[in-house]
This record gives sequence, structure tokens and C-alpha cells, in this order.
Amino acid sequence: MIAEFGLAALWLAAALALLQLLAGALSLTSGGEGFGGVVRPVAIVQGILSLAAFAALVLVFSQTDLSVKLVVENSHSAKPMLYKIAGAWGNHEGSMLLWVTIMGLAGGFVALVERRLPEKTMLATLAGQAFVSLGFYAFLLFASNPFARLATPPAEGNGLNPLLQDPGLAFHPPTLYIGYVGLSIAFSFAIGALITREVSPAFARAMRPWVLGAWIFLTLGITAGSFWAYYELGWGGWWFWDPVENASLMPWLAATALLHSCSVLAARNALRAWTVMLGVVAFSMSMVGTFLVRSGILTSVHAFAVDPKRGSFILVLLAIYIGGALTLFALRAATVTEGERFAVTSRESGLVFNNVMLSSVLGIVLIGTLYPLLTEAMGEKVSVGPPYFNPMAALFVVPMLLVLMVGPLLRWRQDNVGRIRKGLIVPAALLVVGVMVAIVIAPGKVLPILGLALAPALAVASLLPLRGRELRRVKLPLWGMVVAHFGIAVSLFGMASDSAFTVEKLVAVPVGGTVDVGPWQVKLGSLEPVAGPNWTALEAELQASYSGATPTMLHPQSRSFWTPPQQTNESALLTRWNGQLYTVLGEQAEDGRWQLRLWWKPFVSLIWLGGALIALGGLLALLGRVWSDLRRIIARGKIADRREGMGR
Amino acid sequence: MSAIKAKHQRLILVLVAVIALIGAGLLAAWALRNQASYFYLPTDMAASPPAADRGVRLGGMVEKGSITTDADGVTIHFIVSDAKARIPVTFKGIVPDLFKEGSGVVAEGKLGSNGTFVADNLLAKHDEKYVPREMKDMTEAQARAAVKETK
Repeated sequence: MIAEFGLAALWLAAALALLQLLAGALSLTSGGEGFGGVVRPVAIVQGILSLAAFAALVLVFSQTDLSVKLVVENSHSAKPMLYKIAGAWGNHEGSMLLWVTIMGLAGGFVALVERRLPEKTMLATLAGQAFVSLGFYAFLLFASNPFARLATPPAEGNGLNPLLQDPGLAFHPPTLYIGYVGLSIAFSFAIGALITREVSPAFARAMRPWVLGAWIFLTLGITAGSFWAYYELGWGGWWFWDPVENASLMPWLAATALLHSCSVLAARNALRAWTVMLGVVAFSMSMVGTFLVRSGILTSVHAFAVDPKRGSFILVLLAIYIGGALTLFALRAATVTEGERFAVTSRESGLVFNNVMLSSVLGIVLIGTLYPLLTEAMGEKVSVGPPYFNPMAALFVVPMLLVLMVGPLLRWRQDNVGRIRKGLIVPAALLVVGVMVAIVIAPGKVLPILGLALAPALAVASLLPLRGRELRRVKLPLWGMVVAHFGIAVSLFGMASDSAFTVEKLVAVPVGGTVDVGPWQVKLGSLEPVAGPNWTALEAELQASYSGATPTMLHPQSRSFWTPPQQTNESALLTRWNGQLYTVLGEQAEDGRWQLRLWWKPFVSLIWLGGALIALGGLLALLGRVWSDLRRIIARGKIADRREGMGR
Repeated sequence: MSAIKAKHQRLILVLVAVIALIGAGLLAAWALRNQASYFYLPTDMAASPPAADRGVRLGGMVEKGSITTDADGVTIHFIVSDAKARIPVTFKGIVPDLFKEGSGVVAEGKLGSNGTFVADNLLAKHDEKYVPREMKDMTEAQARAAVKETK
């Protein structure tokens, strides 16, 4: 019953999306203006219906309704409730339903609150949003129905991949998806602006909060995903340049560039065509990522289903939307008039540099991700990993970070370096000292040296925009920028420190034996069998003491799940202010000793702390923008009231 | 500092962006030729061994009875084979759960000058849903080969 309700809601939502598209398109024709009034309400109801469909799926999963095919394939009655619910989106069909739900909700939300732009542009934007949604509704309804029933329900489900049974799974995919799909709003705004020829600072100001919102979630999602891979996969690495990770990084790079170019357009009415272009590119990257992950060309923990029909379906959607948007851009770009001019030394130039570098990194990542697919089509199998990505990305990121120290200090339009020279003395000195110190303590490692040297200088430079200001008076968006840029420095330091100073030990020890790793002394205390709701495990007790201090206990496990039968190594982490001790329990050797893999990773947690700071910066900026918009709306209302009062 | 000649600003910006992106593309193409790690079957590796310092992947079956462990308890030696060739492999680390004799493996690493492949990572079949891309095809091909042999 619930499944049927969900399916009906999904069909209705799809029908409303069609109505939204048609009414929106008609309202743009001469004589069809009357249809415009329907668009906003329809968009809102469509959002609510898609949410209802999603809620139905969650309910079906939480009840473990084994007559629904998707539940049978991905769930099990013995699973803890959190994973039953998370299982609703931990599979192909459910995640696509989440996709359309977020698109619907985002569109509905825009329809509800966004009133700053000319109404025609808004109608074109909402029609564009509906147009994109329709493709994904069709994909769900015709190629991946999440509510399909089984004629004869089995007694028990297949369970969920144990690697995904972790609290991280419950929050990681939805967070990432809100970011991915939230960018669809930027895409639709770009389409709306191109159709109605309304590329203006007002357009940038209207689009910015949506991009910012999506970007915050994307940042959090990537950060959480990296941490999840770090402790769940038990390899001690935090970024693998896995195609699926790249699929989330690419929209982030595009969205970061878009945020910066938006601020140029909003403040100075320059970079007009470029900003629109980035709006199209950012969501296109989300769709490319979805294609890579969902089509089954890649096989990884993230790729749920391998079904060629689905791959070609998504490929067709990609061709229609990306191809269509780029064609529209090509047709209309010439009519977007040139923006305001600026000097070589100006805030605008700094942001242009940022954009060009981010786009280049995006190109590097995109090419590296697609290359194995291309060569495989030609019959040769290759894999592309860190030896390609690390130096190539650094080639563009390092200059970008150097300019980042200067750019925020420059004035709009025209400035001269002499004015800001004084402030830059400290970061420049730090940079020089940093390079020398780093070369001494981590000789021969080029990228870690660069990271270790750049990070402190960048940290100081990122605070400079606050210099000479009264801190209480500093506006939230400026705080946001400072915090986010500071976060980059923090994260960079963590990355560099991890790759420069990590100590790794891989040994076989008898019970009672001790191992030294960095400043730690780790003793294998005992091994005990333990049991969970759907697994049993062997748990080691490790007594770890830091430079002879009182030992702390760690409990890494080697877990055996029984549905599906699979083993995982659950790492155990011990975090101090200056780093993390990472422990993994391996197998028992023939002579009775146990394999232990231990890492001491100085300052590794700064990687994710920095990521969180970057997201926090975005949040501060968003709050600042929304707050000033609200105040403007309230002020306008008051003025209107007063006028009305005087009229009487 | 004077403003750029007004007329040409847009042109200059477009040129800068295009040049940077093309540059990035060319660099990527060049680096990929050098850095992409190619996939070898034991037969391929025996016939045309890769350069000693080049990272590659070797995929095949772990030969029955070939796994031995060193005294340190964490270094293992085994032989990866297909129908025609056998390559000795050394690996130091915790092996994946489903790594065992008689089943498939993909080893990432470099071929040493003595003909032993030194792996720094092993990928084994995790479950039906997570098979290294190369291995999926390989086991299929081997199934076909096995069918041929028994005929």
C-alpha cells in the first residue's frame, strides 16, 4: 500500500513537472503570459509530492517490506534501524529518487521565496528546472522504479554491503546529493538568464545564495566522505583519486569557481558570460559524475548497479541537457554585452586568476578520470592514480594559493601593489622560512615541502583582510571569506604533514608483545570474540602509550558479516591534538602471532577540520547574505507601509 | 597602473582562459602517457616486461600451494599465473579478506629486475558487487579458456 502510494506520488510529481515546463514555456511567448501564474504553485506542489514519494520509500525500508524488490535486494530484517533507513538511499534506485526529491524541493523553494528577478526570468528558470527534473523522473519511472513489487516475497532480504554499514553512510550520500543536485538551481538560473537575456548583477545576487548553499553541502559531503574512506577502508589513506571521489570533486571545483565569479558579477557587473557558463558547467559536472557512478562503467563500492540500459539512459540525458545548455550558451553568448573593465592589478584580476586555475584543475581531473574509459574503449586497460593527479593538480593549485594571499587585499577595479606591500611582509617571510625549514625536516619530498611552507603563510595572509578593521563591525560575508581561506591553510597543513611525517609499522606480534611506532608504544593485550546485530568479530585490545604516558585502550576488530558473507577490518583511532594513531588488526600468522598495521599520522585530523572550516566560512557568508536580503525586504515593506499611511 | 586598452579586455580574458585550459589539457595528455599504469596478464608480462620503475597492475590467479610467509609474519610470496605464464609476486602488508589460493587477484606495483613483481597493493574480489574492473573480464576470459581446454 505504501509502495503504491509512493509510486503514485512519483507519477503525479512527474506530471506536474511537465505542466511546470509547458506553462513556463508558454508564459514566455507573446499572448501566453496568463500561464505564468500557475508555474510557482505547481513547482511547490511538485516538490512536496517528490518528498512524499521519498518518505514512502523510507517507510517501506524501515518496515523491511519484503514484497518490494528493492528492499529484498538491499535490506535485511536483522539490520539495525539506522541502516534500514539509510538503506533506502544506499542503492541505485533509492539514490535516484533522492536526486529528484532534492531537485523538486530546491525548485519549490526557489518558487516560494525568490522574488528579486524579473518574473519572466524566474518563469524561464523554473521551466528549466522542470525540464531537467523530467528527464530524471523518466529515468526513475521507466528504467529504475524503486517501488517495483515481487510476485512471491522471499523470507529474508539480501542485506547491505557491510562496508556501507556505518554511521557515515547514513549522512554522507544525502549531504553530497544536496550539494550535487542543489547546483541544478544554478544551472536553471543560467538557462533562465540566457533565455530572457537578463545577465545582471541582480542575477548574480539571486543565484549566489543557492550556489553557496549547495557548495556548503558539497564541501561537507566531500570532507565526510574522505574521513569515512579513511577510517572505514583501513588503508590509512584519505583520498584515493578514485573516479567516484573525482566525480564529487569536479562539481565542487566548478562551484567554487562559480562562487568567486558570482561575486565579481554581483559587485562589479563583469565576467558576465563566464559566470553563466560556469553555472552550466557546475551542474553538468554533477551529471557527468552521476553518469560515471551510476552507469556501471566503474566498479567500486559506490557503483551499485551494473545495467547497460541505465548507462545509455543517463548518457542520453547528459547529451540533451549539457548539449542543449551549451548550444543555448553559444547562441546567446554574443548577445551578453561585455562587462565593466578593470585593471591588471585589481580584485577582479585576482578572481579571474582563481577561476582560470580552478578550471584548469577541473580539466586535469576530468581528463584523468575519463582517460581509462577512453583507452578501455580502444582495448587497453590502464588506471590513473596519484602519480598523475598529485603533481598535475599541484601545478595549478600552488600558483592559485600564492595569488590567494594577495587577491583579497586588492581593491576592486584598480589598485597598486605598493599599497598592500606592508601587510604582505609577514606572510612572505613565513613562506621563505617555511620552505627552508621544510626542506630540512622533510628533504626530497617536493609536494609536502610546498604544502608545509605555504600553509602557515596562507593562514596569516587569510587573516589580513581583517587588518585595521573594527572586528565587531566586520560583515558576515567577509568573516566567511576569511574563515574559508583560513580553512584551506589548515587543511593543506594536515595533508602535507600526513604525507611528510607519517610513520607506518607493519608487524606480526604475539599476544603481550609490544611495537614502537613514532612516539607511541603499543602493546597487544588480548583478543576477544565479540558479536553485533549482524556480525561477529575478533577484537584486539591494544594498550597505546604516548612517550611513556598512561596507556589508552584501542579496540580494532576483524569483522565477519553473515548477510552478505564478508569480512571487514574495523580500524581503531586514537586522536591527540598533534595527530592520530591508526590501528588495524590483520590475520593470525601460522605461528600464532597477529598481524598489526599501525600508523602515527601527525596533524592528520587538520585535513577534515580545515574542510569543516571551509564549509563554516560558506555558512557565515550565506547567513550574512540572507540576513541582509531579509533586512532589505523588511525595510522595503516599512517604506511601502509609510507611503500608504501618508497617502491616507 | 593603467587600465587595459578598453576595447580588448574581453578578448584578452578569453585568450588567457583558452590558453590556460589548452595548456592544462596538453600537460594532462603528456603526463597520462607517462603515469597511467597499464594492466598486464602474466602472459603479457612474460612476453614484454614493463620498465623496472614503472607502476603497473598485474592480474591473474593465485596459484594453488604457492603462498609462503616470511619469518616476519607479514611479508608473503606467491605466484600469479594464467594459462601460459607464472609471475612470482612479493607483498608486504595485510592481505584483503578474499585473497586466497586459487582465486583471482590484481596486484599493483612494479616489476623488479630479478623478475619478481613487488606489489604495494593487492585487490581481491570483495563480493559480487565489488570486483576490480580488470578482474571481472579476466575471470570471464579464463572461464572461456577453461571450457576450451576441457573440450
